[in-house]
Amino acid sequence: MTALTTNGPASCPGCLAAPAEGIDAPLPDAKLALSLPTIHCQACISKVEKSLNAHPSVRAARVNLTRKRVMIDAAPDVSAQELANLVMDAGFEAHELDTAALSQTQTDAAGRDILMRLAVAGFAAMNVMLLSVAVWSGATDTTRDMFHWISAAITLPALAFSAQPFFRNAWAALRAKRLNMDVPITLAIVLAVATSLWETGLSGKHAYFDAALTLTFFLLAGRWLDARARSAARSAAEELTALEVPRAWRVEHGTPTEVAVSALRIGDKILVRPGARAPVDGLIVEGTSEVDRSALTGETMPALRGTGDAMSAGEVNLTGPLTLQATAVGVDTSLHQLAALVAVAESGRSRYTSLADRAAKLYAPGVHILSALAFLGWLIWSGDMRISLNIAAAVLIITCPCALGLAVPAVTTAASGRLFGKGLLVKSATALERLAEVDTVVFDKTGTVTLGTPSVTNWNDLDAAQKALAYALAQGSSHPLSMAIVKAAQAEGISPAPLIQQTEQPGYGTKARFRDTDVRLGRPEWVGVSAQNAGLCTALDLGNGENPMVITFEDSPRPGAADLMDALKAQGMKVILLSGDRTASVAAVAGQLGMDEYAAEVLPKEKVDFVQDLTNQGRRVLMVGDGLNDTGALAAAHVSISPAQALDAARAASDIVLLGQDLSPIADALATARQATKRINENFTIATVYNVVAVPLAVAGLATPLIAALAMSTSSLTVSLNALRIRGRT
Amino acid sequence: MNVLTYLIPISLILGGAGLAGFIYTLRSRQYEDPDGDSRRILSGEWDDKPRAD
Repeated sequence: MTALTTNGPASCPGCLAAPAEGIDAPLPDAKLALSLPTIHCQACISKVEKSLNAHPSVRAARVNLTRKRVMIDAAPDVSAQELANLVMDAGFEAHELDTAALSQTQTDAAGRDILMRLAVAGFAAMNVMLLSVAVWSGATDTTRDMFHWISAAITLPALAFSAQPFFRNAWAALRAKRLNMDVPITLAIVLAVATSLWETGLSGKHAYFDAALTLTFFLLAGRWLDARARSAARSAAEELTALEVPRAWRVEHGTPTEVAVSALRIGDKILVRPGARAPVDGLIVEGTSEVDRSALTGETMPALRGTGDAMSAGEVNLTGPLTLQATAVGVDTSLHQLAALVAVAESGRSRYTSLADRAAKLYAPGVHILSALAFLGWLIWSGDMRISLNIAAAVLIITCPCALGLAVPAVTTAASGRLFGKGLLVKSATALERLAEVDTVVFDKTGTVTLGTPSVTNWNDLDAAQKALAYALAQGSSHPLSMAIVKAAQAEGISPAPLIQQTEQPGYGTKARFRDTDVRLGRPEWVGVSAQNAGLCTALDLGNGENPMVITFEDSPRPGAADLMDALKAQGMKVILLSGDRTASVAAVAGQLGMDEYAAEVLPKEKVDFVQDLTNQGRRVLMVGDGLNDTGALAAAHVSISPAQALDAARAASDIVLLGQDLSPIADALATARQATKRINENFTIATVYNVVAVPLAVAGLATPLIAALAMSTSSLTVSLNALRIRGRT
Repeated sequence: MNVLTYLIPISLILGGAGLAGFIYTLRSRQYEDPDGDSRRILSGEWDDKPRAD
């Protein structure tokens, strides 16, 4: 989203007309996009579109249910956040997306390109098949030759267009002196067409034009499924990455100017406003505030910071404005050093080869050797070049990996589609296979198992007057604890007490006057009580001489967390909670959810070690985490999941992104992944059985084009139908 | 067998028309949102007249 700057009134009409330098020209219409993870039906589409179209600046809004997103055509004066709030008021979760990052993804174009080739191959295959049926049912002599020639006339241009992706890939592999699946495919297509042309020229009986085309058609169908599943995941993942715009406010000559984070240098003074994340490491030179460190350490308790204290990149400023003097920028910041843990841990995972790759490694050389042997054997036995080449072509066509090429993509597409419907985005191609092997699940606490936003626990210990007072005081602050009080009060429909002279003292709390007495809400030590239990709490001074009230909070578990733990334990998983937070709160959450094991006050490096120790014990670990302190562990784990609200680095390190608030889809993901891997193996078995039956026929020279066509279609359809069984169950 | 001289071109033309139709739908982006489109038929909006754009 382009930042739009409003120009001040110009002093002369000429200035008004000239565009101001350095300001992006406002687009005539802004295209905005919102991610809507929870929409699922017609009513949702209508509600979202109606709520958006009611806004005067919105020209058109259209929901895309497949991508779970809405594209909005709006006047430039409206912000995406404003529209997201509209949608949230209508009762749907909405996140802002960066359309600039969206338009950069060319993945849709790749999918459409394959679909176009698929259509041409399908059209040609049907027509040639029609002519071939005539030949198989007994056309002879001139009629047969004419049919073969017409087939050739359709096949050659159709293949030249539609089989291009295979030719290109095969050529690239051969140039790099490697073998991939596309080499036997290309060889089969080329050899089939070449021998068929030769046969037709000699008025022979058999031509494989239809086989070459159906082969291309089925293989393209596999590629298309693959591309579609991956492009949906990739583009959505890229959209999420675009959520945080890397901008900072640099203070120059006393006035803050917005600059790119990459332009910051050591010694620069940077303004961090309440609610913003520190872009660099630095020392606080001005201001006092409370700082949320949960992204870096997992602590839920905000820390008090004043002039002279250090602040690390990634920490969130909560209450008052802070000015930092940068001490480390860019790759030297503590944030980046955490991200560097990922690079180390990730190299381990890249060693994982997918089932399809393992199959291809065995398959490609095997096919070549087999057809070469058949060719040589027949050449020696019969001495006839024409027969030998025909046999070799038949072997290649029969063994060609139609079923194999469809077996994996059909299953992963069906499984990913099902998981996407449940709000899980599968980013990595091999994630499902790895997920199926998991036997241990490690969770981060803050922001993953819990919502990361506190809620009041002892609200009902307060009487009505105290509640009204606390509500009124809390309204004056955007501190998370104050917002929790406001939420609790609004849920009960309390009206706030009338206050005057309300001021917020950043880092400490709010105070005001109420019926000639001073009332305060804030840090216990500031209000004048000692908070010995040291949990998340705030104190309320009623100004009547009594002891201040202590209001306590806790970070409540995400919806579905308890269900998820039960489901995981029913599946026989070991469930571990690993957090950088204090022991008391970690133990409380672990106990509440009935988790097997927990560890508190764990440093980021120790998280990585913990996961690696489990791996060395032979366990397959699923890591679920959202913070920067989890990124190393996310990358070290066998497979990882992060929520959509997680930071960029955490989402980048994980294989699957959880789009909604609810955690329970993770249990479905594990079940679906196991089912998918089972189907993939079944499909490999089907494909193998088919080869075991058909290859001896081909080598013996008994495979007519009719048999090849029947065998190929049957096996391809069987594996596709088997794959679709995943979708059926809910 | 003379029937073939016009039956074969007819079959090719009909198939070609289907292909052209498919390419048109693909180019005009009618496969962007299959899930949404299948559900929009349940909506009562725009039943009287099509949307302006």
